[in-house]
Amino acid sequence: MPLSRDQVRHVALLARLGLEPGDEDFYAEQLSGILRHIDRLQELNTDAIPPTAQVVEVAATLREDEPGQCLTQEEALANAPAAVDGFFRVPSIQEET
Amino acid sequence: MSDPTHLTISELRQLLDDRELSAQELLGLHLERIEAADADVKAFLRLTTAKAAEQAQAADRALRDGTAGPLAGIPMAVKDVLCVKGVETTAGSQILKGFKPPYTGTAVQRLFDAGAVMLGVSNCDEFAMGSSTENSGYFPTHNPWSLDRVPGGSSGGSAAAVAAGEATFSLGSDTGGSIRQPAALCGVIGMKPTYGRVSRYGLIAFASSLDQIGPFARSVEDCALILQTMAGHDPLDSTCADRPNDVTRGLHDGVEKMRLGVPREYFEVEGMEPGVRLAIQKALNTLESAGAELVDVSLPHTDYGLAAYYIIAPAECSSNLARFDGVRYGMSEQDAQNITDAYMRTRRKGFGAEVRRRVMLGTYALSSGYYDAYYLKAQKVRTLIKQDFDDAFANCDAIVSGTSPTVAFPIGSKTQDPLSMYLCDVLTLGANLAGLPGISVPCGMSEGLPVGLQVLTPQWREDIALRVARAYELAADMRVEVALVD
Repeated sequence: MPLSRDQVRHVALLARLGLEPGDEDFYAEQLSGILRHIDRLQELNTDAIPPTAQVVEVAATLREDEPGQCLTQEEALANAPAAVDGFFRVPSIQEET
Repeated sequence: MSDPTHLTISELRQLLDDRELSAQELLGLHLERIEAADADVKAFLRLTTAKAAEQAQAADRALRDGTAGPLAGIPMAVKDVLCVKGVETTAGSQILKGFKPPYTGTAVQRLFDAGAVMLGVSNCDEFAMGSSTENSGYFPTHNPWSLDRVPGGSSGGSAAAVAAGEATFSLGSDTGGSIRQPAALCGVIGMKPTYGRVSRYGLIAFASSLDQIGPFARSVEDCALILQTMAGHDPLDSTCADRPNDVTRGLHDGVEKMRLGVPREYFEVEGMEPGVRLAIQKALNTLESAGAELVDVSLPHTDYGLAAYYIIAPAECSSNLARFDGVRYGMSEQDAQNITDAYMRTRRKGFGAEVRRRVMLGTYALSSGYYDAYYLKAQKVRTLIKQDFDDAFANCDAIVSGTSPTVAFPIGSKTQDPLSMYLCDVLTLGANLAGLPGISVPCGMSEGLPVGLQVLTPQWREDIALRVARAYELAADMRVEVALVD
Protein backbone atom coordinates (compact mmCIF):
# COMPACT_ATOMS: atom_id res chain seq x y z
CA MET A 1 0.00 0.00 0.00
CA PRO A 2 1.68 3.26 -1.07
CA LEU A 3 1.96 6.04 1.48
CA SER A 4 0.25 9.34 0.73
CA ARG A 5 1.86 12.71 1.41
CA ASP A 6 -0.77 13.31 4.12
CA GLN A 7 0.27 10.11 5.84
CA VAL A 8 3.93 11.11 5.61
CA ARG A 9 3.15 14.44 7.29
CA HIS A 10 1.17 12.68 10.04
CA VAL A 11 3.91 10.10 10.73
CA ALA A 12 6.63 12.77 10.69
CA LEU A 13 4.75 14.70 13.36
CA LEU A 14 4.33 11.55 15.48
CA ALA A 15 8.08 10.88 15.09
CA ARG A 16 8.94 14.52 15.82
CA LEU A 17 10.91 14.73 12.58
CA GLY A 18 10.88 18.05 10.79
CA LEU A 19 10.17 18.03 7.06
CA GLU A 20 12.27 19.94 4.58
CA PRO A 21 11.43 20.61 0.93
CA GLY A 22 11.49 17.32 -0.96
CA ASP A 23 11.20 15.15 2.16
CA GLU A 24 7.54 14.24 1.67
CA ASP A 25 8.14 12.78 -1.78
CA PHE A 26 11.37 11.10 -0.63
CA TYR A 27 9.66 9.27 2.25
CA ALA A 28 6.49 8.50 0.29
CA GLU A 29 8.48 6.84 -2.49
CA GLN A 30 11.08 5.01 -0.38
CA LEU A 31 8.76 3.82 2.36
CA SER A 32 6.21 2.61 -0.19
CA GLY A 33 8.95 0.51 -1.85
CA ILE A 34 9.96 -1.07 1.47
CA LEU A 35 6.32 -1.65 2.47
CA ARG A 36 5.72 -3.45 -0.85
CA HIS A 37 8.36 -5.98 0.19
CA ILE A 38 7.00 -6.18 3.74
CA ASP A 39 3.48 -6.89 2.48
CA ARG A 40 4.57 -10.45 1.68
CA LEU A 41 4.01 -11.16 5.40
CA GLN A 42 0.28 -11.10 4.65
CA GLU A 43 0.72 -14.32 2.61
CA LEU A 44 1.24 -16.23 5.86
CA ASN A 45 -1.70 -17.36 7.94
CA THR A 46 -0.65 -16.56 11.51
CA ASP A 47 -4.05 -16.72 13.23
CA ALA A 48 -2.95 -19.51 15.57
CA ILE A 49 0.63 -18.30 16.08
CA PRO A 50 1.55 -16.46 19.28
CA PRO A 51 3.78 -13.39 18.90
CA THR A 52 7.40 -13.45 20.11
CA ALA A 53 8.49 -10.33 21.94
CA GLN A 54 11.41 -11.83 23.84
CA VAL A 55 13.37 -14.70 22.25
CA VAL A 56 15.30 -15.84 25.27
CA GLU A 57 13.62 -17.09 28.39
CA VAL A 58 14.99 -14.98 31.18
CA ALA A 59 13.15 -14.68 34.46
CA ALA A 60 12.49 -11.08 35.38
CA THR A 61 15.38 -10.25 37.64
CA LEU A 62 15.12 -7.23 39.84
CA ARG A 63 17.98 -6.20 42.02
CA GLU A 64 17.44 -5.09 45.60
CA ASP A 65 16.11 -1.57 45.73
CA GLU A 66 19.02 -0.12 47.64
CA PRO A 67 20.22 3.44 47.23
CA GLY A 68 23.60 3.58 45.56
CA GLN A 69 25.87 6.07 43.89
CA CYS A 70 24.36 8.10 41.09
CA LEU A 71 25.48 10.92 38.84
CA THR A 72 26.06 14.26 40.49
CA GLN A 73 24.06 17.21 39.20
CA GLU A 74 27.21 18.50 37.55
CA GLU A 75 27.84 15.18 35.76
CA ALA A 76 24.22 14.92 34.67
CA LEU A 77 24.37 18.39 33.14
CA ALA A 78 27.85 18.07 31.65
CA ASN A 79 26.51 17.19 28.19
CA ALA A 80 23.56 19.57 28.26
CA PRO A 81 23.31 21.87 25.23
CA ALA A 82 21.93 24.55 27.55
CA ALA A 83 21.73 24.55 31.34
CA VAL A 84 20.55 27.23 33.74
CA ASP A 85 20.80 27.16 37.54
CA GLY A 86 21.21 23.39 37.64
CA PHE A 87 18.38 22.70 35.18
CA PHE A 88 18.18 21.71 31.53
CA ARG A 89 17.00 24.74 29.57
CA VAL A 90 14.32 24.14 26.92
CA PRO A 91 12.13 26.37 24.75
CA SER A 92 8.67 27.21 26.10
CA ILE A 93 6.58 24.12 26.72
CA GLN A 94 3.28 25.94 27.20
CA GLU A 95 1.87 28.08 24.43
CA GLU A 96 1.50 31.74 25.36
CA THR A 97 -2.10 32.84 25.46
CA MET B 1 59.87 -11.86 15.26
CA SER B 2 56.91 -11.48 12.84
CA ASP B 3 55.33 -8.05 12.60
CA PRO B 4 53.37 -7.79 15.87
CA THR B 5 50.53 -5.93 14.11
CA HIS B 6 49.76 -9.19 12.26
CA LEU B 7 49.68 -11.48 15.29
CA THR B 8 46.92 -13.01 17.39
CA ILE B 9 46.32 -12.35 21.08
CA SER B 10 47.86 -15.66 22.14
CA GLU B 11 50.96 -15.05 20.03
CA LEU B 12 51.36 -11.54 21.40
CA ARG B 13 50.84 -12.74 24.94
CA GLN B 14 53.78 -15.09 24.50
CA LEU B 15 56.00 -12.20 23.36
CA LEU B 16 54.81 -10.02 26.24
CA ASP B 17 55.37 -12.77 28.79
CA ASP B 18 58.83 -13.50 27.38
CA ARG B 19 59.72 -9.77 27.59
CA GLU B 20 60.48 -9.71 23.87
CA LEU B 21 58.04 -6.85 23.58
CA SER B 22 56.46 -4.43 26.03
CA ALA B 23 52.84 -3.31 25.96
CA GLN B 24 54.05 0.23 25.34
CA GLU B 25 56.14 -0.90 22.36
CA LEU B 26 53.16 -2.84 21.03
CA LEU B 27 51.01 0.27 21.34
CA GLY B 28 53.65 2.32 19.51
CA LEU B 29 53.74 -0.17 16.62
CA HIS B 30 49.95 -0.01 16.28
CA LEU B 31 49.90 3.78 16.34
CA GLU B 32 52.51 3.71 13.55
CA ARG B 33 50.40 1.26 11.58
CA ILE B 34 47.32 3.46 12.04
CA GLU B 35 49.34 6.48 10.93
CA ALA B 36 50.41 4.62 7.79
CA ALA B 37 47.14 2.91 6.86
CA ASP B 38 44.20 4.81 8.27
CA ALA B 39 44.34 7.78 5.92
CA ASP B 40 43.19 5.26 3.30
CA VAL B 41 41.10 2.83 5.38
CA LYS B 42 39.43 5.35 7.70
CA ALA B 43 38.55 2.73 10.29
CA PHE B 44 38.86 5.12 13.24
CA LEU B 45 36.65 8.08 13.99
CA ARG B 46 38.96 9.22 16.78
CA LEU B 47 42.02 7.92 18.58
CA THR B 48 42.30 7.74 22.36
CA THR B 49 46.09 7.93 22.47
CA ALA B 50 46.42 9.31 26.00
CA LYS B 51 44.10 6.67 27.43
CA ALA B 52 45.96 3.96 25.50
CA ALA B 53 49.34 5.12 26.83
CA GLU B 54 48.00 5.00 30.38
CA GLN B 55 46.53 1.51 29.89
CA ALA B 56 49.71 0.19 28.20
CA GLN B 57 51.81 1.50 31.06
CA ALA B 58 49.53 -0.22 33.56
CA ALA B 59 49.73 -3.43 31.51
CA ASP B 60 53.53 -3.35 31.57
CA ARG B 61 53.43 -2.92 35.33
CA ALA B 62 51.03 -5.84 35.70
CA LEU B 63 53.14 -8.03 33.40
CA ARG B 64 56.19 -7.32 35.60
CA ASP B 65 54.26 -7.92 38.84
CA GLY B 66 52.70 -11.16 37.62
CA THR B 67 49.20 -9.71 38.07
CA ALA B 68 48.46 -9.32 34.34
CA GLY B 69 44.95 -10.15 33.14
CA PRO B 70 44.35 -12.32 30.06
CA LEU B 71 44.26 -9.32 27.70
CA ALA B 72 47.10 -7.31 29.25
CA GLY B 73 48.55 -4.89 26.73
CA ILE B 74 46.44 -6.09 23.79
CA PRO B 75 45.34 -3.20 21.53
CA MET B 76 41.65 -2.97 20.65
CA ALA B 77 39.25 -0.74 18.76
CA VAL B 78 35.81 0.03 20.19
CA LYS B 79 32.78 0.64 17.97
CA ASP B 80 31.29 4.10 18.30
CA VAL B 81 28.10 2.73 19.94
CA LEU B 82 29.78 1.60 23.18
CA CYS B 83 29.98 4.18 25.93
CA VAL B 84 33.39 4.81 27.44
CA LYS B 85 33.58 7.35 30.25
CA GLY B 86 34.99 10.67 29.07
CA VAL B 87 35.57 9.45 25.48
CA GLU B 88 33.46 11.12 22.80
CA THR B 89 30.89 8.48 21.73
CA THR B 90 28.51 9.42 18.92
CA ALA B 91 26.94 6.26 17.40
CA GLY B 92 28.28 7.52 14.08
CA SER B 93 25.76 10.34 14.26
CA GLN B 94 25.98 14.11 14.10
CA ILE B 95 23.18 14.28 16.68
CA LEU B 96 25.59 13.01 19.36
CA LYS B 97 28.62 15.03 18.29
CA GLY B 98 30.59 16.01 21.37
CA PHE B 99 28.78 13.58 23.70
CA LYS B 100 31.07 12.25 26.43
CA PRO B 101 29.41 9.47 28.43
CA PRO B 102 29.59 9.81 32.23
CA TYR B 103 30.11 6.03 32.56
CA THR B 104 31.70 3.00 30.83
CA GLY B 105 29.54 0.10 29.63
CA THR B 106 29.92 -3.33 31.22
CA ALA B 107 31.44 -5.23 28.26
CA VAL B 108 34.14 -2.61 27.68
CA GLN B 109 34.82 -2.30 31.42
CA ARG B 110 35.41 -6.06 31.70
CA LEU B 111 37.94 -5.89 28.84
CA PHE B 112 39.66 -2.93 30.51
CA ASP B 113 39.77 -4.92 33.75
CA ALA B 114 41.43 -7.78 31.83
CA GLY B 115 44.14 -5.37 30.65
CA ALA B 116 43.06 -4.45 27.11
CA VAL B 117 44.38 -1.18 25.65
CA MET B 118 41.86 1.03 23.84
CA LEU B 119 43.36 2.58 20.70
CA GLY B 120 40.31 4.52 19.66
CA VAL B 121 36.71 4.64 18.51
CA SER B 122 35.89 2.84 15.27
CA ASN B 123 33.53 4.04 12.57
CA CYS B 124 30.08 2.56 11.93
CA ASP B 125 26.80 3.20 10.19
CA GLU B 126 24.78 5.81 12.07
CA PHE B 127 23.12 4.15 15.08
CA ALA B 128 24.36 0.82 13.62
CA MET B 129 21.81 1.06 10.78
CA GLY B 130 23.39 -0.16 7.59
CA SER B 131 25.47 -2.85 5.93
CA SER B 132 28.32 -0.81 4.45
CA THR B 133 29.40 1.91 6.94
CA GLU B 134 28.44 4.42 4.24
CA ASN B 135 25.68 5.70 6.55
CA SER B 136 28.24 7.03 9.03
CA GLY B 137 27.49 10.66 9.82
CA TYR B 138 31.22 11.39 9.46
CA PHE B 139 32.82 9.50 6.53
CA PRO B 140 32.74 6.05 4.94
CA THR B 141 35.32 3.39 5.86
CA HIS B 142 37.17 1.58 3.05
CA ASN B 143 37.79 -2.15 2.74
CA PRO B 144 41.50 -2.84 3.34
CA TRP B 145 41.42 -5.56 0.66
CA SER B 146 40.21 -3.13 -1.99
CA LEU B 147 39.90 0.52 -1.08
CA ASP B 148 37.12 1.30 -3.55
CA ARG B 149 34.88 -1.23 -1.79
CA VAL B 150 32.87 -1.14 1.44
CA PRO B 151 34.02 -3.00 4.56
CA GLY B 152 30.45 -4.09 5.27
CA GLY B 153 28.53 -2.81 8.23
CA SER B 154 27.37 -1.61 10.46
CA SER B 155 30.58 -2.39 12.44
CA GLY B 156 32.74 -1.71 9.35
CA GLY B 157 35.40 0.32 11.16
CA SER B 158 35.95 -2.44 13.73
CA ALA B 159 36.29 -5.13 11.03
CA ALA B 160 38.57 -2.98 8.84
CA ALA B 161 40.83 -2.07 11.79
CA VAL B 162 41.57 -5.75 12.48
CA ALA B 163 41.92 -6.58 8.77
CA ALA B 164 44.37 -3.71 8.21
CA GLY B 165 46.61 -4.55 11.19
CA GLU B 166 45.50 -1.44 13.05
CA ALA B 167 44.13 -3.37 16.06
CA THR B 168 44.57 -6.93 17.33
CA PHE B 169 40.88 -7.19 18.08
CA SER B 170 37.83 -4.99 18.21
CA LEU B 171 34.26 -4.77 19.41
CA GLY B 172 31.11 -4.47 17.38
CA SER B 173 27.37 -4.82 17.85
CA ASP B 174 25.13 -7.10 15.80
CA THR B 175 21.40 -6.40 15.33
CA GLY B 176 20.87 -8.10 11.95
CA GLY B 177 24.40 -9.13 10.97
CA SER B 178 26.45 -6.05 11.83
CA ILE B 179 29.37 -8.09 13.20
CA ARG B 180 29.26 -11.22 11.02
CA GLN B 181 28.75 -9.50 7.65
CA PRO B 182 31.65 -7.00 7.95
CA ALA B 183 33.83 -9.82 9.35
CA ALA B 184 33.07 -11.81 6.19
CA LEU B 185 33.70 -8.87 3.86
CA CYS B 186 37.00 -7.95 5.56
CA GLY B 187 38.34 -11.49 5.99
CA VAL B 188 38.38 -11.62 9.80
CA ILE B 189 36.50 -13.60 12.46
CA GLY B 190 33.40 -12.03 13.99
CA MET B 191 30.90 -13.38 16.48
CA LYS B 192 27.43 -12.48 17.66
CA PRO B 193 26.65 -14.18 20.99
CA THR B 194 23.28 -15.52 22.16
CA TYR B 195 20.87 -12.70 23.03
CA GLY B 196 21.50 -12.15 26.75
CA ARG B 197 25.05 -13.56 26.85
CA VAL B 198 26.75 -10.14 27.02
CA SER B 199 25.40 -7.17 28.95
CA ARG B 200 24.07 -4.34 26.80
CA TYR B 201 24.61 -1.78 29.56
CA GLY B 202 26.41 1.12 27.90
CA LEU B 203 25.47 0.06 24.36
CA ILE B 204 23.59 2.85 22.57
CA ALA B 205 20.38 0.99 21.73
CA PHE B 206 19.17 0.40 18.18
CA ALA B 207 16.69 -2.51 18.48
CA SER B 208 16.67 -3.77 22.04
CA SER B 209 15.27 -7.26 21.40
CA LEU B 210 17.94 -7.95 18.74
CA ASP B 211 21.15 -6.10 19.74
CA GLN B 212 24.19 -7.99 21.04
CA ILE B 213 27.82 -6.94 21.54
CA GLY B 214 30.54 -9.22 20.15
CA PRO B 215 34.18 -9.45 19.08
CA PHE B 216 36.24 -9.29 15.89
CA ALA B 217 39.47 -11.31 16.06
CA ARG B 218 42.21 -13.06 14.08
CA SER B 219 41.79 -16.56 15.53
CA VAL B 220 38.90 -18.58 16.91
CA GLU B 221 40.76 -18.98 20.20
CA ASP B 222 41.10 -15.19 20.50
CA CYS B 223 37.41 -14.79 19.72
CA ALA B 224 36.50 -17.27 22.48
CA LEU B 225 38.78 -15.52 24.97
CA ILE B 226 37.31 -12.07 24.31
CA LEU B 227 33.76 -13.40 24.52
CA GLN B 228 34.49 -15.25 27.74
CA THR B 229 35.94 -12.06 29.24
CA MET B 230 32.88 -9.96 28.34
CA ALA B 231 30.14 -12.50 29.03
CA GLY B 232 28.12 -13.08 32.15
CA HIS B 233 25.41 -11.72 34.34
CA ASP B 234 25.22 -8.00 34.96
CA PRO B 235 22.73 -6.47 37.40
CA LEU B 236 22.66 -3.40 35.14
CA ASP B 237 21.01 -5.29 32.25
CA SER B 238 17.93 -7.29 33.22
CA THR B 239 18.05 -9.23 29.93
CA CYS B 240 21.61 -10.43 30.57
CA ALA B 241 21.23 -14.01 31.74
CA ASP B 242 22.68 -15.47 34.90
CA ARG B 243 24.13 -18.61 33.31
CA PRO B 244 27.42 -20.50 33.44
CA ASN B 245 30.09 -18.87 31.29
CA ASP B 246 31.14 -21.98 29.39
CA VAL B 247 31.82 -20.67 25.89
CA THR B 248 35.34 -22.14 25.64
CA ARG B 249 34.27 -25.68 26.62
CA GLY B 250 35.55 -28.31 24.18
CA LEU B 251 37.04 -25.68 21.86
CA HIS B 252 39.65 -28.06 20.44
CA ASP B 253 37.51 -31.22 20.39
CA GLY B 254 36.92 -31.15 16.61
CA VAL B 255 33.84 -32.00 14.53
CA GLU B 256 34.17 -35.79 14.35
CA LYS B 257 30.64 -37.28 14.29
CA MET B 258 29.09 -33.85 14.53
CA ARG B 259 25.99 -33.23 12.40
CA LEU B 260 26.17 -29.98 10.45
CA GLY B 261 22.92 -28.77 8.91
CA VAL B 262 23.04 -27.22 5.45
CA PRO B 263 19.89 -25.11 4.91
CA ARG B 264 18.99 -25.26 1.23
CA GLU B 265 17.16 -21.91 1.39
CA TYR B 266 20.40 -20.17 2.40
CA PHE B 267 22.01 -21.24 -0.88
CA GLU B 268 19.17 -19.97 -3.03
CA VAL B 269 18.77 -16.42 -1.74
CA GLU B 270 18.48 -13.53 -4.13
CA GLY B 271 21.83 -12.18 -5.33
CA MET B 272 23.96 -15.14 -4.16
CA GLU B 273 27.21 -14.94 -6.12
CA PRO B 274 28.51 -18.15 -7.74
CA GLY B 275 32.03 -17.48 -6.40
CA VAL B 276 30.68 -17.22 -2.85
CA ARG B 277 28.64 -20.41 -3.25
CA LEU B 278 31.74 -22.22 -4.51
CA ALA B 279 33.89 -21.06 -1.57
CA ILE B 280 31.21 -22.18 0.90
CA GLN B 281 30.88 -25.56 -0.81
CA LYS B 282 34.66 -26.05 -0.49
CA ALA B 283 34.49 -25.12 3.20
CA LEU B 284 31.72 -27.66 3.76
CA ASN B 285 33.83 -30.32 2.05
CA THR B 286 36.71 -29.44 4.38
CA LEU B 287 34.47 -29.87 7.42
CA GLU B 288 33.27 -33.19 6.02
CA SER B 289 36.87 -34.34 5.56
CA ALA B 290 37.47 -33.38 9.19
CA GLY B 291 34.83 -35.91 10.22
CA ALA B 292 31.57 -33.96 10.28
CA GLU B 293 28.41 -35.32 8.73
CA LEU B 294 26.57 -32.87 6.47
CA VAL B 295 22.78 -33.11 6.62
CA ASP B 296 20.12 -31.25 4.65
CA VAL B 297 17.90 -29.02 6.75
CA SER B 298 15.18 -26.56 5.81
CA LEU B 299 14.37 -23.08 7.11
CA PRO B 300 11.12 -22.64 5.19
CA HIS B 301 10.34 -19.09 6.36
CA THR B 302 13.67 -17.64 5.21
CA ASP B 303 11.90 -15.58 2.52
CA TYR B 304 9.88 -13.77 5.20
CA GLY B 305 12.77 -12.99 7.55
CA LEU B 306 13.78 -9.72 5.93
CA ALA B 307 10.20 -8.43 5.94
CA ALA B 308 9.67 -9.30 9.62
CA TYR B 309 13.04 -7.80 10.52
CA TYR B 310 12.25 -4.54 8.71
CA ILE B 311 9.17 -4.08 10.86
CA ILE B 312 10.61 -5.14 14.21
CA ALA B 313 13.99 -3.37 14.01
CA PRO B 314 12.62 0.00 12.80
CA ALA B 315 9.75 -0.17 15.31
CA GLU B 316 12.18 -0.65 18.19
CA CYS B 317 14.55 1.97 16.77
CA SER B 318 11.79 4.56 16.48
CA SER B 319 11.08 4.05 20.17
CA ASN B 320 14.73 3.98 21.30
CA LEU B 321 15.70 7.04 19.28
CA ALA B 322 12.93 9.14 20.82
CA ARG B 323 15.44 10.06 23.53
CA PHE B 324 17.48 12.19 21.10
CA ASP B 325 15.57 15.38 21.68
CA GLY B 326 18.29 18.02 21.99
CA VAL B 327 17.55 18.59 25.68
CA ARG B 328 19.99 16.51 27.71
CA TYR B 329 22.88 15.93 25.30
CA GLY B 330 24.01 16.24 21.72
CA MET B 331 22.89 18.57 18.96
CA SER B 332 20.21 21.08 19.85
CA GLU B 333 18.31 23.56 17.72
CA GLN B 334 17.11 25.94 20.40
CA ASP B 335 16.06 28.67 18.02
CA ALA B 336 12.48 27.41 17.96
CA GLN B 337 8.99 28.70 18.72
CA ASN B 338 8.14 25.93 21.13
CA ILE B 339 9.41 22.59 22.37
CA THR B 340 7.83 20.50 19.58
CA ASP B 341 9.39 22.73 16.96
CA ALA B 342 12.76 22.37 18.73
CA TYR B 343 12.47 18.56 18.72
CA MET B 344 11.54 18.48 15.04
CA ARG B 345 14.34 20.78 13.92
CA THR B 346 16.98 19.04 16.05
CA ARG B 347 16.05 15.56 14.83
CA ARG B 348 15.73 16.57 11.17
CA LYS B 349 19.17 18.15 11.28
CA GLY B 350 20.92 15.59 13.49
CA PHE B 351 19.77 12.30 11.94
CA GLY B 352 20.99 11.12 8.53
CA ALA B 353 18.74 9.82 5.75
CA GLU B 354 18.79 6.10 6.68
CA VAL B 355 18.03 6.76 10.34
CA ARG B 356 15.15 9.09 9.42
CA ARG B 357 13.83 6.48 6.97
CA ARG B 358 13.78 3.82 9.70
CA VAL B 359 12.31 6.11 12.35
CA MET B 360 9.51 6.94 9.90
CA LEU B 361 8.96 3.29 8.99
CA GLY B 362 8.92 2.20 12.64
CA THR B 363 6.63 5.01 13.72
CA TYR B 364 4.24 4.15 10.89
CA ALA B 365 4.27 0.43 11.81
CA LEU B 366 3.44 1.24 15.43
CA SER B 367 0.89 3.95 14.70
CA SER B 368 -2.78 3.64 15.53
CA GLY B 369 -4.62 1.40 13.08
CA TYR B 370 -1.50 -0.30 11.68
CA TYR B 371 -0.10 -2.07 14.75
CA ASP B 372 -1.88 -5.40 14.13
CA ALA B 373 -1.14 -5.47 10.41
CA TYR B 374 2.57 -4.78 10.81
CA TYR B 375 4.14 -5.07 14.25
CA LEU B 376 1.99 -7.85 15.67
CA LYS B 377 2.13 -9.74 12.36
CA ALA B 378 5.94 -9.46 12.31
CA GLN B 379 6.17 -10.73 15.90
CA LYS B 380 4.11 -13.77 14.90
CA VAL B 381 6.33 -14.42 11.90
CA ARG B 382 9.25 -14.13 14.28
CA THR B 383 7.77 -17.10 16.15
CA LEU B 384 7.66 -19.09 12.89
CA ILE B 385 11.29 -18.27 12.11
CA LYS B 386 12.39 -19.30 15.58
CA GLN B 387 10.38 -22.51 15.15
CA ASP B 388 12.23 -23.20 11.85
CA PHE B 389 15.54 -23.11 13.71
CA ASP B 390 14.22 -25.28 16.57
CA ASP B 391 13.07 -27.87 14.02
CA ALA B 392 16.41 -27.77 12.18
CA PHE B 393 18.41 -28.15 15.39
CA ALA B 394 16.38 -31.23 16.27
CA ASN B 395 18.29 -32.85 13.43
CA CYS B 396 21.76 -31.23 13.64
CA ASP B 397 24.27 -29.71 16.07
CA ALA B 398 24.99 -26.57 14.06
CA ILE B 399 23.89 -24.87 10.85
CA VAL B 400 26.54 -23.89 8.29
CA SER B 401 26.11 -21.47 5.39
CA GLY B 402 27.57 -18.37 3.81
CA THR B 403 27.58 -15.22 5.92
CA SER B 404 26.90 -12.79 3.07
CA PRO B 405 25.51 -13.59 -0.39
CA THR B 406 28.20 -11.37 -1.94
CA VAL B 407 31.78 -10.27 -1.47
CA ALA B 408 32.49 -6.61 -0.63
CA PHE B 409 30.71 -4.36 -3.12
CA PRO B 410 31.87 -1.03 -4.58
CA ILE B 411 31.30 2.07 -2.45
CA GLY B 412 28.16 3.86 -3.67
CA SER B 413 26.70 0.87 -5.52
CA LYS B 414 23.74 0.26 -3.17
CA THR B 415 23.12 3.62 -1.51
CA GLN B 416 20.27 4.68 -3.81
CA ASP B 417 18.18 1.53 -3.24
CA PRO B 418 17.59 0.78 0.45
CA LEU B 419 16.08 -2.65 -0.23
CA SER B 420 19.20 -3.85 -2.10
CA MET B 421 21.27 -2.82 0.92
CA TYR B 422 18.88 -4.60 3.31
CA LEU B 423 19.30 -7.83 1.31
CA CYS B 424 22.96 -7.96 2.46
CA ASP B 425 21.68 -9.26 5.80
CA VAL B 426 19.40 -11.99 4.50
CA LEU B 427 21.65 -14.82 5.80
CA THR B 428 22.45 -13.22 9.16
CA LEU B 429 19.27 -11.62 10.49
CA GLY B 430 17.51 -14.93 11.21
CA ALA B 431 19.92 -15.52 14.09
CA ASN B 432 18.97 -12.16 15.61
CA LEU B 433 15.24 -12.84 15.27
CA ALA B 434 15.75 -16.23 16.97
CA GLY B 435 18.33 -15.02 19.54
CA LEU B 436 20.97 -17.51 18.33
CA PRO B 437 24.74 -17.20 18.47
CA GLY B 438 26.61 -17.08 15.17
CA ILE B 439 30.20 -16.80 14.03
CA SER B 440 31.74 -15.90 10.68
CA VAL B 441 35.16 -17.27 9.73
CA PRO B 442 37.09 -16.51 6.54
CA CYS B 443 36.88 -19.38 4.03
CA GLY B 444 38.82 -18.32 0.98
CA MET B 445 38.39 -15.70 -1.69
CA SER B 446 36.13 -14.92 -4.61
CA GLU B 447 37.19 -12.31 -7.17
CA GLY B 448 40.18 -11.59 -4.94
CA LEU B 449 37.96 -10.67 -1.98
CA PRO B 450 37.27 -12.56 1.26
CA VAL B 451 34.28 -14.88 1.77
CA GLY B 452 32.87 -15.78 5.19
CA LEU B 453 31.51 -19.12 6.46
CA GLN B 454 28.73 -18.74 9.03
CA VAL B 455 28.10 -21.23 11.84
CA LEU B 456 24.83 -20.91 13.81
CA THR B 457 23.96 -22.97 16.89
CA PRO B 458 21.13 -23.21 19.42
CA GLN B 459 20.86 -20.55 22.10
CA TRP B 460 23.65 -20.69 24.72
CA ARG B 461 25.73 -23.06 22.57
CA GLU B 462 28.51 -20.65 21.59
CA ASP B 463 30.81 -23.51 22.57
CA ILE B 464 29.62 -25.55 19.57
CA ALA B 465 29.86 -22.64 17.14
CA LEU B 466 33.41 -21.90 18.31
CA ARG B 467 34.33 -25.58 18.19
CA VAL B 468 33.14 -25.94 14.57
CA ALA B 469 34.93 -22.72 13.63
CA ARG B 470 38.12 -23.91 15.35
CA ALA B 471 37.90 -27.26 13.54
CA TYR B 472 37.53 -25.46 10.22
CA GLU B 473 40.44 -23.12 11.01
CA LEU B 474 42.62 -26.13 11.73
CA ALA B 475 41.48 -28.34 8.85
CA ALA B 476 41.73 -25.55 6.26
CA ASP B 477 44.97 -24.24 7.76
CA MET B 478 43.20 -20.88 7.80
CA ARG B 479 45.06 -17.88 9.10
CA VAL B 480 43.52 -14.41 9.14
CA GLU B 481 45.80 -12.32 6.99
CA VAL B 482 46.43 -8.63 7.33
CA ALA B 483 45.58 -6.79 4.15
CA LEU B 484 48.52 -4.64 3.18
CA VAL B 485 47.45 -1.22 2.15
CA ASP B 486 50.19 0.15 -0.11
